[in-house]
Amino acid sequence: MAEEMSGKPYLRPISSEWIFRHPRYLRYMVREFSCLFIGGYTLLLVAGLKSLSDGRAAYEAFLECLRSPASIVFQVLALAFAAYHSITWFNLTPKAMPLQLGEDFLPDAAIAGAHFAAWAVLSLAVLYFAGAF
Amino acid sequence: MARSNKPIVWGPFAAGGTLTAFLTPVLIVLTLLAGLGLTPELLGYDRLHAFMGHWLIKLVAIGVVFVSLWSAAHRLRITCYDLGVRADAFVATVLYAVALIGTLAAAVFLAGV
Repeated sequence: MAEEMSGKPYLRPISSEWIFRHPRYLRYMVREFSCLFIGGYTLLLVAGLKSLSDGRAAYEAFLECLRSPASIVFQVLALAFAAYHSITWFNLTPKAMPLQLGEDFLPDAAIAGAHFAAWAVLSLAVLYFAGAF
Repeated sequence: MARSNKPIVWGPFAAGGTLTAFLTPVLIVLTLLAGLGLTPELLGYDRLHAFMGHWLIKLVAIGVVFVSLWSAAHRLRITCYDLGVRADAFVATVLYAVALIGTLAAAVFLAGV
């Protein structure tokens, strides 16, 4: 009794094994881990900016770095995780910003679909602007 | 009324989540093409140097780096908590600091372009 009455807050023991209890939890974790790849890739871009400010030789060396097998593997993984983030993020948009038109709400598929369409158009526009095709 | 710093932390997270959802995959495709030897024109030194030299592009780039790093930091902070790390104040300080230092570094490098 004395122990229960002490002023210490109860701390529920926490472990990380819960993520394996259900496939849904694992998918959630995969989604959350996308941040490591997006953050890591952004830092890679910052390194690229450094090389750009250091001059032509440094920038060429950075491009050479991008060609290493390790960096190709990282970028392919980063692309997969980043795309997974995009898909999960756009699928949530109907929950984040439901649109009411008169009595009815715009269907979820229309809101998410508009985001997917905009994503496709923007990606193609960037590729075109960058001279990728 | 109770004050909370949640909107300040969460605002850039939502902005970054949206921006990275739209932009990060295609940026990765561009550098991946360069890595595979199919360097897009824009990533050539002269073209990119001229492009990134414009003040408006520099501002946009700093904004992109900031919200991307911030949203990744915020998500990683929540993930650490989910995985049982209870030193939230420490984790948050370290991760947000990395995001801010990365942004500052990008600004300094861009000033030299």
